[in-house]
Formats: sequence, structure tokens, C-alpha cells
Amino acid sequence: MIQNLPVLIILLPLCAALLSLLLTRINRNLSKYVLTLAVLASLVLSVYQLHLVVTEGTIHYTVGNYQTPYGIELVIDSLNALILVVIEIISFMTVLFAENFGVKRKVVQGGARALIGLLITGLLGMTSTGDVFNLYVFLEITSLSAYCLIALGGSRGVVAAYKYMLVGTVAATFYLLGVGILYSATGTLNMADMKDILSQGVYDDVMLVSMSFLTIAFGIKMALFPFHGWQPSAYAHAEPGTRPLITGVMSKVPALAMFRFFYMIYGTDFKYMKLLLVIIGILSCLGMIYGSVFAMMQKDIRKILAYSSVAQIGYISLGFAIGTPIALAGAFLHMMGHAFMKGGLFFCTGAIRYKYGTSDINDFGRIYKQMPLTCGLLTVAALSMIGIPPTAGFFSKWYLASGAAENHQWIYIAVLVLSSLLNAVYFFRLIEKVFIQKSAGLKERWKSEVLELPFTIILPIVVCFVAILGIGIFNVKIIDILLMTLEGVGL
Amino acid sequence: MMTTISTFLAARGIYILTLILLSLGVAGIIVCNNYMKKLICMNIMQVAVIFFFLCFGQKAGGTIPVAMNDAVTASQYINPLPHGLMLTAIVVSLGTTGVGLSLLFRIKEKYGTIEEDDLIKRQRDKELNKNVEEGKNK
Repeated sequence: MIQNLPVLIILLPLCAALLSLLLTRINRNLSKYVLTLAVLASLVLSVYQLHLVVTEGTIHYTVGNYQTPYGIELVIDSLNALILVVIEIISFMTVLFAENFGVKRKVVQGGARALIGLLITGLLGMTSTGDVFNLYVFLEITSLSAYCLIALGGSRGVVAAYKYMLVGTVAATFYLLGVGILYSATGTLNMADMKDILSQGVYDDVMLVSMSFLTIAFGIKMALFPFHGWQPSAYAHAEPGTRPLITGVMSKVPALAMFRFFYMIYGTDFKYMKLLLVIIGILSCLGMIYGSVFAMMQKDIRKILAYSSVAQIGYISLGFAIGTPIALAGAFLHMMGHAFMKGGLFFCTGAIRYKYGTSDINDFGRIYKQMPLTCGLLTVAALSMIGIPPTAGFFSKWYLASGAAENHQWIYIAVLVLSSLLNAVYFFRLIEKVFIQKSAGLKERWKSEVLELPFTIILPIVVCFVAILGIGIFNVKIIDILLMTLEGVGL
Repeated sequence: MMTTISTFLAARGIYILTLILLSLGVAGIIVCNNYMKKLICMNIMQVAVIFFFLCFGQKAGGTIPVAMNDAVTASQYINPLPHGLMLTAIVVSLGTTGVGLSLLFRIKEKYGTIEEDDLIKRQRDKELNKNVEEGKNK
């Protein structure tokens, strides 16, 4: 049982997702309980797996006992294990949260649960796989379920989903092409095996061609600056209940895959690595400025958060571009922190929308009186986005900056500071609206004497609040766990 | 001169054709105004990648990968793996096309058009109408 841990974590949500349409036919709520329990079980297992990895080292799991270069391998190192736990926490809370927004028709409800389950499966699979083609399959599972979930968000959501589908398929096709080129040179699909063969250094030009395809593919999937066109409308118009999962986690996992290709398959000895890192660095700097400036121009809070995601993804790829172990650890810390910040901010907007039915920030005047918890998370997450201690955002930016200083890349630090200041402009505007502006006198749609919101919305908000501060305060512990893998991988 | 070109084409020509097919697909997605045509171009692009895998999986003088009495070494068989991978890719492409067609169906239902510029115009009109109504209510 325990030796099958890595695959169980992926299989539990998959089974629940596949069963959910059938179970909904029997009883409306049955599939809800099954999916929630499956994700909860998978969350517990992933925490236990993190403990195992930290104490005993990397887990290699061969699916079906086919030996490694031929069969599919799941590799769980300390990096994967941490990201898996973050994905599981956000997924579990999203499953609870989404029930408040669900469509009322029976079939659609079952289908939506199945799609959430499949999205979770795809994300978990992409994180833990050690096989490049398996990564493609999980990438497509993630994308297809995400297209459908975005399309469930009303008539604008359908158009956004269609546009995302066209661009996302270009990305998947380019990924396949890059993998095909690598496969034709090396004859293997296993990541570790591929690294051994490529490190002989005879395939440098082939690797450059495939790398350009792979960079574009992952760039589109993670919404890196010039490839972000699909992202704002898709994030803003997705199904409101599942937005935290889509915005918080879905763009981080391709970033992890990109890191795997850069540092764990190509390796730092690759001839064109320096050139590649400079290009990624320039793109992320441009993205950080562009995203922040465009976020300042928006009125709809969903659009503000979507454009700020373009900037935040820039921080993560900037960490990859700097490339020292500390900067890489900073990038991953930011990945985890940002999953909670952006997820949390979308939990907040969902909560406000649930209570008042609005998402225009001009209507948010003094809602802190009615929704203290929600506004507390809104404030902490906004401060963390700007980077004020002791929140998660400060420490990830700190590690990124110290990594850049180690490499004498002062321009990166300048852009980092500039982008943080721009963040401050629009997040303080949001805080001002919530606390100071005159109340717009909105009508409450949901009322209760005891709680400000239903329990399933309160729980995610509290968990995100704790997680943002927790990641900030215990950052040294997390960085230590990350460095177990990153030491020796970076420049 | 002619012989070098023809040997080059015999060895590598198929890859050039595949590349042209791929670029046609990508260009079509960017240039076409009609969403249905974009979907077709997306399919063309996917087929180009499938061709690419099948081409490098090919081997002169190799036979199908089923155990035969007169062929004993691995070099006498073609590699079945690219074909296996492409079966998966075809299934994925079928799924994507299905999702794409159903999304198109919904777009047509909600906006009454699948031309991109018409759609943008109608979205903007809808937004304007909504704002005007909100203004009246206030």
C-alpha cells in the first residue's frame, strides 16, 4: 500500500471524477461527498509522502513494474512533494468552495464535479511524472478540463474558452514537436535517461531547436509575457467556483515542467543555456512591468488579478533565469506563496460576489464591516503581493533578489523593485476601496446571524490566510527542503 | 546539381513538406476570421506533427513490428513506439476537436455568429446596452 503512494495520490481524484456522473444519477449529493473525500484522502497521503521524501530521500515509482527506461516512471523529489501538497490543499478547498456556485441542473452539476476532479488529476500527474510523453498526456487532461470549466462561466466564458483552446492546442502541439525532436535524437522518453544521453554534448543544435519549441509551449501554458494573450479573459470569465484552482495552480505547474526541462534534462552544461536564460530573463522583466501597468488600468477586480498574474509569473520565470540555487528556491517559494495569494484573492472575490453579486471595485466601499474575515485575507494577500514582511511575498522576492545579487545581475533587482512598487499602486487602491471609500449600499443576497458567509467559503479563506503568513514565517524550513533537490541543479 | 537536390529531397523532402503543413496550420489560426476555419487549421497543425513522428519512425527495409521467422534482429523491424505515441496524440486531437466543436455550437447559440469581428462587435454592443440599462436603473 505504502509503496504505491505516488500513484494512489493521482488515482483517487481520477476515480472520483470518473464515478461522479454516475453517482449524480443516483443521488444529487453523493458525487459531492465522494469527490471531497477522495481529494481529502489524497491530501493526507501527499502530506505523508512529503514526510517520507524529507526523511528518506527521493521516491522512484515504476508504474506497472516495467523497468525504467521503457516504462513510465513517477519521480517524487522534495520539490515535487511540496508542490503536490500545495496543489492538494488548493484543490480540496476549491472542491468545497465550488459547491456554493454550482449550476442547479443535475447533469451539469455531475459533469462539473467530474471536470474539477480531472483538472486536479492532470495537475497532480504533471507534477509527479518522470516521463516526457506522460507529461503531454497529463497536460492535455488538464487543458481539456480547464477549457470546459472556463466555458461554464457564461457567454463570455465560452468565447474565452474557445480562444484559450486554440492557443492551448498550439502549445500542446509545439510541446509534442519538441519532444519528438528530442526522442528522434536520443531514443528515450524517460527524463533521467534523456539527461544522461544529452549530457554527452553531441546533440547541442538539435537541443536548441527543440528547446525553442518547448519554451514557446510552456510559455503559452504558463502565460509568460508575450504569450499571455489568452489569459486575462480566461481567468476573468471562468466558472466562479473553480477560479481559485484555475488561477492559483494551473499556470504554476507548466512552470515546474519548464524548470524540469531547463535544469533537469538540459542541464547547466548545455552550450546555449546562457543565451536561453538571458532571453527568459528579458521576457520576464517585460512581463513584470507590462502586467502591473495593465492591472492598474482595470476596473473589474477579476481583470486586475488576471493581469497581475502575468506579472507574478514573471517573478517565477525570473528565478529560473537567474539560475542560482537560492534564486530557484525563491522562485519555487513564490510559486507556492502565489498559489495561496492568488487563490485566496479569488476566494475573496468569489465570496463578495456570493454575498453581493458584484465584482466592480467601485462598489466595494466599506464592506469590511460586513465581511471582516474576507477583507482580512484580501489585505494580507494584497500586502503579500506587494512584498511586505512577514508575508510569503516578501521572502520569495528577498531570495530572488539575493540570488540576482550573487550573480551581479543588478538590472533584475531594479525591475523587481519597480514592479513591486507598481503592485503597491493598484493593491493599495483596492485596500482603499474596501476600508475607506463610502459604502455603496449593496443589497445582501445571503444573510445569517452567526457567520458572515457559509462555512465552506469561510474555511478556504481562513486556510489561505494562515498559509500566506505560515509560508512567510517558516520560509527557512521550506527553503531547506527545496534546497535538498536544488543544490547541485542550479548554476 | 540535379542529383544532389533529388537525393536531398528523397532523404529530407518529407520533413520540409511537414514543416510547410505545420506553418500553414499556425498561419491559418492567426489569419482566418472564421472560428470554424481556425478549428480546421488547428487540426491541420496536429496532423503535421503526427506526420513528423511517423516519418522519423520509418526505416528503409524494416518490416512491421510483429515477430516473424525470417527477421531476427532489431534492425529488421521498424520502431513501433512513435506509432504508439501517435495513437495517443490522435485520441487527444479527437477530444480537442470535440470540445472545440461543442464550444462553437454554444458561441453560435449565444451570439448568433462565428465570425471573429462580428462577435467582437456584438460583445461590445451587449456591454454598452448593459451599461446603459444600469445607468437608467441608477
